Amino acid sequence: MATLTKHQIGSVLAKQGILIAFVAFMIAFTIANPKFLTPDNVLSVVRSSAILGVMALGVTFVVISGNLDLSVGSMMSFSTIVVLDLHDKIGPAMAIPAMFAMTLALGALIGFLVGYLKLNSLIVTLGMLSAIHGLTLTYSGGKNMDIADKEGTWFSVFGQGTALGIPVPILIFLALAAFLGLVLAKTGFGRKIYAVGGNGTAATFSGIRRARTVFLCYIMSAGCVATAGLMQASRSLGSQNTVGQGLELEVLAAVILGGASLLGGSGTVFKTVIGVLILGFIQNGLLIMGLQFYVQFVVTWVIIILAVWLDIAAKRGKLLSPIA
Amino acid sequence: MTDPVLRLEGIVKTFPGVRALDGVSFSVMPGEVHALMGENGAGKSTLMKVLGGIHQPDGGAIYMGNDVVVMAGPLEAKAKGIVFIHQELSLAEELSVAENIYLGELPRKSFGRVDWSTLAEKTNTILKKLNVGFDATTLVGDLSIANQQMVEIARALTVDARAVIFDEPTASLTDAEKSVLFDVIADLKADGVGIIYISHRMEEIFKITDRISVLRDGQYQGTVDTAASNEESVTQMMIGRKLDLSRTVSDHELGEVALEVRGLSCGDLYTDISFEVRRGEVVGFYGLVGAGRTEIAETLFGLRDPSAGKILLNGEEVRISSPADAIARGISLVPEDRKGQGLVLGMNCRDNMTLPQIDDLKAGPFVAEGAEIAIFDQYRDRLDIRTPSWKQQVGNLSGGNQQKIVIGKWLSMHPNVLIVDEPTRGIDVGSKSEIHKLLRELAAQGYAVMVISSEMPEVLHVSDRIVAMYSGQIMRTFTSDEVTEENLIQAISGITPGQAA
Amino acid sequence: MKPGKMSKMLKSGAIWGFIVLELVFFSVAGEFLSLSDKAFMDWENMLLLLKQSAPIGIIAMGMTIVMVNGNIDLSVGATFAIAAIVLLDSMTWPIFAGLGDWVIPVAWLLALTVGTVLGAINGFIVWKTGVDAFIVTLGSMLGYRGIVFMLNGEQPTSHLNWTLVDFAEAEFLGLATASWFLLAVTIVIWFLMAKTVHGRNVYAIGDNREAAVNAGIRVGPHIMINFAIIGFLAALSAVVFYSESGSVNPNDGQLYELWVITAVVLGGTKITGGAGNAIGTFGGVLAIQLLRKGLGHIGADTSTVNLVIGLILIAVLILDRQLNVKGKEELKV
Repeated sequence: MATLTKHQIGSVLAKQGILIAFVAFMIAFTIANPKFLTPDNVLSVVRSSAILGVMALGVTFVVISGNLDLSVGSMMSFSTIVVLDLHDKIGPAMAIPAMFAMTLALGALIGFLVGYLKLNSLIVTLGMLSAIHGLTLTYSGGKNMDIADKEGTWFSVFGQGTALGIPVPILIFLALAAFLGLVLAKTGFGRKIYAVGGNGTAATFSGIRRARTVFLCYIMSAGCVATAGLMQASRSLGSQNTVGQGLELEVLAAVILGGASLLGGSGTVFKTVIGVLILGFIQNGLLIMGLQFYVQFVVTWVIIILAVWLDIAAKRGKLLSPIA
Repeated sequence: MTDPVLRLEGIVKTFPGVRALDGVSFSVMPGEVHALMGENGAGKSTLMKVLGGIHQPDGGAIYMGNDVVVMAGPLEAKAKGIVFIHQELSLAEELSVAENIYLGELPRKSFGRVDWSTLAEKTNTILKKLNVGFDATTLVGDLSIANQQMVEIARALTVDARAVIFDEPTASLTDAEKSVLFDVIADLKADGVGIIYISHRMEEIFKITDRISVLRDGQYQGTVDTAASNEESVTQMMIGRKLDLSRTVSDHELGEVALEVRGLSCGDLYTDISFEVRRGEVVGFYGLVGAGRTEIAETLFGLRDPSAGKILLNGEEVRISSPADAIARGISLVPEDRKGQGLVLGMNCRDNMTLPQIDDLKAGPFVAEGAEIAIFDQYRDRLDIRTPSWKQQVGNLSGGNQQKIVIGKWLSMHPNVLIVDEPTRGIDVGSKSEIHKLLRELAAQGYAVMVISSEMPEVLHVSDRIVAMYSGQIMRTFTSDEVTEENLIQAISGITPGQAA
Repeated sequence: MKPGKMSKMLKSGAIWGFIVLELVFFSVAGEFLSLSDKAFMDWENMLLLLKQSAPIGIIAMGMTIVMVNGNIDLSVGATFAIAAIVLLDSMTWPIFAGLGDWVIPVAWLLALTVGTVLGAINGFIVWKTGVDAFIVTLGSMLGYRGIVFMLNGEQPTSHLNWTLVDFAEAEFLGLATASWFLLAVTIVIWFLMAKTVHGRNVYAIGDNREAAVNAGIRVGPHIMINFAIIGFLAALSAVVFYSESGSVNPNDGQLYELWVITAVVLGGTKITGGAGNAIGTFGGVLAIQLLRKGLGHIGADTSTVNLVIGLILIAVLILDRQLNVKGKEELKV
């Protein structure tokens, strides 16, 4: 058992391949523009990745359990708008829990449909993407949301504050990552998620309540989205109602980059954090090089395809698919 | 003298650890129905896979006429006129009968259009030959299983078939449907096609076949003329070995009844099942694939709702609604498909083993990993599981060790009732006998054990009593003194004993 | 009858029943809630409905064949936008300056080719890498949209060619050009799926891929052709729509994939493949468009429409699951 099989070598290469490519990117970017690796810039990247990162943490749970969530972008818009709106109506102390409750309710609905009714998660969350988008538009009356008194509220601490010299968003991201990482790696719940995603049938045969596990993963995801919405709302104290649009793809890209398999059963919070950072630095690097934001789209596309392809190729031992 | 349609000579096929075919020779004459018999694991399906190009033989050759042929794959075999009717049907249910019969070979007109009239014509010719009740345009999904099988057979006839191989064709057929099938076979026979008929069902074999060849443990035992033989002698050929495994003699007291089943039924899958399992005994369930044994286990484990009947645990009637429920009531199931149902291959050994009790192994809010490892160590030693460490991915273990992980998983639950479905399928001989010993030890320790097995020596060796099933019903229950290989095989082949049950 | 048959009959008739229901509902509700004087169901309105169904409908036909084959395409909206830009922009290219109005067919050809190529790229990636179609097209949904921005900047691209607009606005036998295109594409795709070898193979692949492979059907080329078809149709849809409108924004076509998939699923195509047809999809398209129009008629706004469409997709899934319960044969896994 001491020799590595071809499969194992390929898989190691595939996983480390991404890190190798990332290091190569970083070096290239730094050479192209020394501003890239300055502490200020690094801090700025981590900080602006925090919101996406928080969302990616929740989606990691869903993906490990073997499902998808394409609704996180519009759900985040919903959370942001709702909390901004309620802030002026019932005060921040009440608005935050209220918004969380509403977002979790949406997550519960999705969890029910995918977990208990066993509907296809791609289509369900695609439908919810549109439904929640419509919900947000209706709620906001099509207008942007702004807090009336931007100076006088403590609400801004989540998005703009600093504690112990570190920006609060980063603290929230790291704290949540630590907490969720522990849950996933060290609790029975986490173990069950890996089982359900790795082999749902075997999980059931081992007495795991599969439906409930899937349901709870969507609740976790909604909780993370609500947190992200809070951070976003608090950061700009005003928002368009499409603020989260398209984020579901970036989140998915980060999760995939971090090495989680979209088939379920593998991945960790730590790897997702790495994926988030990789994505953030790549986007930042492109930006610093003067490339427009849409170049990021194309780069992300290539990255997603390559990452999933190499993962699948490593598993089957062949680069090209056996499809005739 | 006519040449055989097909001749296999000295076919050898080995897989890691096992010699599945050991110099098998076998031939089929045109216009004959030649039965291929043998116990489970005798090598029948491997031989057919070699013939069908799915496996390449490691030794020996296949002849058609005087030429050696190489079957590179299923399409090649078909091109040479060898056609399979498998047990699992392979049809596209949303397409019509005609489209299925000519799948991949639809007749064309210009611009890629389907030539429907030619298709209909060709299909109807075949359907007429088979004398079936449906027409070319019916959707396959709307047909009964028997008729779907007819469609598969019809597919066979698109080729100029020289040999047709039937693998357990009557498993899901009513008597009326069976006789239609036999008529079709008779027609094929009359056309000079050589037919290989794989089955365990003695009644049919003695009704429609001309010769019978028997395999045992990968070796060819001989061929007899059906007319000149009888069930007993064929059975003898199938099992006539020196059993190097002793029969079970129970030397301990039996406890109370842990599990009792009364009149349990589930639709077509099994009917009126009644039996009991006491502490300290192993009850073996023997029968063919499709006899309903696994379905009973699934019901006891909460995976399937029965349509009638009662289940009693320790004398109390219960309703088992889910596997979690079954586990809570002390029922453990080592399932048939260890990779698909028993293990999460991507997880490590320890995690797989502790999965059912993960909620109970707590240190505060976290999993008590020390306790987990202790459980793993305990059963690794008890069952002699070979793995460098508990961190090893279960998918990397050998079959035998994987099975031991599953068994360890369930033993660590200290179940009231332990159900083991195919304990040693696909496992090396060494691990096999370890597991058999283990099952007897469990009985001695007072466990109530149900074993489902398709291997005769296994079920004879480990069971105190044997329930023989056929087609969803219990044919007979034997004690270990009463059972012989002959009467067991007869029971599971559908033959009722002369006396009243 | 096997358990699936009753539900199959219910399902294929269901979409038309649903349409009737919608017509009745909105006509009645419109009497009370509508802002305009006109009835919901007048002839002109229905013709307009058909015309407005064309953009989504044409693409939906392509999605039908892709989904029956067991795949899916989430990048159609971006392809639509790219084709639109190519269409409008190419008419202003200096190379074509001397062509006068003959630049129109050239522009069409360019747009259609671009769409086909983009589709074929998707198909090729799915074939050769083995990555699932939804991931591939999820990626190209983003990547192609990036290309849209690259071509357009963030400004709209506009070009008005009055000959083209006249053609697009013309009516033949009472139906708008767009309507004719929709009908033509529906018939062609129906024919392709019901009457050609390629089409029947597509059903086989989606229904029982293993059986298809064992019968010698090559899955790869079928995948690629289907994606090329949907790419072509996404471009055709753009051509039809933008010939009349003359101006395309970089965000155009967003969420088209959702509408298209909803229409296709509503029309009876199974997500898992193997079942579905162009006529059913046509019904699904009409039903969705009817819903949009009807909701608008009774005063609902875009956001409500989005909400309702999303919920309908989910409702269809639930209904589909309920009607497909197999009973005793299935394990409760």
